[in-house]
Amino acid sequence: MADKTKLARQFIQAIPHANELGLVLEEIGDGVARISMPYDKKLVGDPKSGVVAGGAVSALMDTCCGAAVMCHPDAPGGTATIDLRIDYMRAATPGQTITTRATCHHITRNVAFVRAVAMDDDTDRPVATASGAFTVENGF
Amino acid sequence: MSRPRPEHIQVVKQRRDAALNALLDSVPYIQFLNVTFDRRGDELTAQLNFSEKHIGNPFLPAIHGGVTAAFLEITAMISLNWSHLWERIESGALDPEEMAKGILPRQPKTIDFTVDYLRSGLPRDAYARATISRAGRRYASVHVEAWQDHKDKLFAQGSGHFLMPQDDDKS
Repeated sequence: MADKTKLARQFIQAIPHANELGLVLEEIGDGVARISMPYDKKLVGDPKSGVVAGGAVSALMDTCCGAAVMCHPDAPGGTATIDLRIDYMRAATPGQTITTRATCHHITRNVAFVRAVAMDDDTDRPVATASGAFTVENGF
Repeated sequence: MSRPRPEHIQVVKQRRDAALNALLDSVPYIQFLNVTFDRRGDELTAQLNFSEKHIGNPFLPAIHGGVTAAFLEITAMISLNWSHLWERIESGALDPEEMAKGILPRQPKTIDFTVDYLRSGLPRDAYARATISRAGRRYASVHVEAWQDHKDKLFAQGSGHFLMPQDDDKS
């Protein structure tokens, strides 16, 4: 189990785009992953307000959901997104880190089901939620 | 009967290109992902200019699912905003020079966005076009299709809902 978590951690940290976004793996194991994305001006989608682009939040959510699948005890290896839906509840506060927590709540031989929530400093009001289906791969 | 003399081609192109560039240049995240747009009249095609930074799985390699999602969402958002502003750009109500200075109307807001990943994103450029299924006064529904080598072999498609800006006269 510890090996799987270690492997998943190494895989996440080797993703070029995750590094480009400045993602930080905060917690991983047992089908749950927590990844944060510090505020960066290059990720802004609305120049007037300085709010981070929805697309950047999508990329964070997708990475975090994939990480949750890979560290699930029943996952044999890597994963790819089949479908991902994101609901944007409110704009993230400019300047604040966005943190996502994803849970792989069900996994079969072929498909993993994941839910995720994204928050900024105000953890009572989520910024976005996601739900998706992922493939279950044998290798990486 | 006579119609007014049509504008010179350069005047028309200059106005439309300047307005589109102003919309694109104002968004840092579009520059970050290196997404550019081709325009034919009012029709837009987005292009994701490939970079190693877009890779998600370095072993395959394949484009990161999050990059694909972001690319589709940018295409949907810009296409919707462009179609929403078109009349005002053409009538002169919106001045491309002012827009370039950052005096821009408010953007639509994404309510939700769903992406279907149909094929692995290959390490090369990708293209996308959006269809506005419905543009209401408050809500809009947009569908996007993305391909790489063959336009009829999509590698991803997406659809989402957007909240339209309400006080259009304010900048």
